[in-house]
Amino acid sequence: MHTIIEIQKEIIDDFAMFDDWIQKYEHLIDLGKELSPIDQKYKISENLIKGCQSRVWLHAEYVEGKIIYTADSDAVMTKGIVAILINVLSGQNPSEIATAKLGFINEIGLKEQLSPTRANGLVSMIKQMKLYAIAFSKQQ
Amino acid sequence: MLDVSKIRSQFPILSRRVNGQNLVYFDNGATTQKPQIVIDAESKYYANQNSNVHRGVHFLSGLATDKFEESRSTIQNFIGAKHKHEIIFTKGTTDSINLVANGFKTFLNKGDEIIISEQEHHSNIVPWQICCEQSGSNLKVIPILDNGEMDMDFFYNLLSENTKLVAVSHISNALGTINNIEKIIEKSHSVGAKVLIDGAQAASHISLNMQKLDADFYCFSAHKMFGPTGVGILYGKEDILNSLPPYQSGGEMIKEVSFSGTTYADLPHKFEAGTPNISGVVAFKSAIDFISNLEVNKIAKYEAELLQYATSELLKIEGVRIYGTSKKKSAIISFNLEGLHPYDIGMIVDKMGIAIRTGQHCAQPIMERFNIPGTVRISLAVYNTKEEIDLCINAIKKAKIMLS
Repeated sequence: MHTIIEIQKEIIDDFAMFDDWIQKYEHLIDLGKELSPIDQKYKISENLIKGCQSRVWLHAEYVEGKIIYTADSDAVMTKGIVAILINVLSGQNPSEIATAKLGFINEIGLKEQLSPTRANGLVSMIKQMKLYAIAFSKQQ
Repeated sequence: MLDVSKIRSQFPILSRRVNGQNLVYFDNGATTQKPQIVIDAESKYYANQNSNVHRGVHFLSGLATDKFEESRSTIQNFIGAKHKHEIIFTKGTTDSINLVANGFKTFLNKGDEIIISEQEHHSNIVPWQICCEQSGSNLKVIPILDNGEMDMDFFYNLLSENTKLVAVSHISNALGTINNIEKIIEKSHSVGAKVLIDGAQAASHISLNMQKLDADFYCFSAHKMFGPTGVGILYGKEDILNSLPPYQSGGEMIKEVSFSGTTYADLPHKFEAGTPNISGVVAFKSAIDFISNLEVNKIAKYEAELLQYATSELLKIEGVRIYGTSKKKSAIISFNLEGLHPYDIGMIVDKMGIAIRTGQHCAQPIMERFNIPGTVRISLAVYNTKEEIDLCINAIKKAKIMLS
């Protein structure tokens, strides 16, 4: 298992190969389509992230000291971004997730998609992922 | 015929680039861009005329007051109001509706009814919900038909002697439907109800005459008609405005203040507490002049042409469904592409310099009505062109290919 920092580095390298926004967006769309499906029973309103233009469901499970996140969205671009966040944070331990610095967002040119002032609510998604981490770390 | 390239040249922002592309601005329903004369009027006000209004005896205060009141007269003429003091300056349409809702609740008793429609913007829903909650009255809702028009038969059945107010939009911001407000006003008056029209999407697109229309209240915003943000109008008939209690209190709105009791100023000042957005009001006059020079009817004719062209081009794309297909429509097109989320489309076309709105357009009941998460909305203005529509259509096609 790679660390959060290592995975971010890999993502930055992946995105560095793309010359323009079209390739970047196509990559995001592919990631969205490839995202492992969430169990239907978790697609409930309690798991919806507030503040997104598209609906995002997030579920977290604590398995052997690690948090496993699953998620879904009705918009494929959002799903792509969600997939990246899951790639970075899922399977890590709670304290690392809670304190993780997600510098890769600026470096892959998706800052505008993740900026707190935008109407997409993905900042809320990161916040929710970290809140789960804080809650689970208290169970440790 | 309008000289559109000449019109465009008056809007500096239209020549800027976005994401490396020429800007195509199709979000006019949210706010319009501003012509140079409006920008100049704001800056000239601060450079040459700034002072507080209706107060000082000094030269500049007099000048600022003249400019401010000149704007009121211009708006009075523009909407054909009988009296100048029937024009109240507010922060915007939302503020105008809140002003009326807050005062109107004092007229209401338990069992009274207010009627709105399913088509309303949240700003013409929530103030009435609060008004009803606080006065013990009931809110009734006119449903919309599949084509986005109000169900008028349903409306006629709702009307009764309990109906005290009917609050509906002139044009739906999410569907573009031009509502038959003449009929709504006539029928409402026949049971003694007052009528408030939310004219935010109509004021620069349809020629208005308050005396002919006979609405009791008509609300609109400067920023949706080439004017500054933070300025709105509440038109109200003199006698109703006189009977309506004040909204906000403070300076400017009083006649005499003492601790044994305060008397309120006459219209319009009774509803204009505090220092208003003077520069905005002054610049709004330039926006109205801009519209008047072009003539609202010519604007409407040109926009209808754009609407027709955009609609037919859009329908050539397979899987497009347009929401709001009334015969009488403003240049607003809400649509979805089968199987695709509006947000995804908006994100991709943005990269091609196209500014369109995606989401629920502050009208969640409509989205529920059609059982959709939102729509993509194109809303056109007089400076838009068929070439821009072509660019937008190509961008949508590109998005469709990328997302499918």
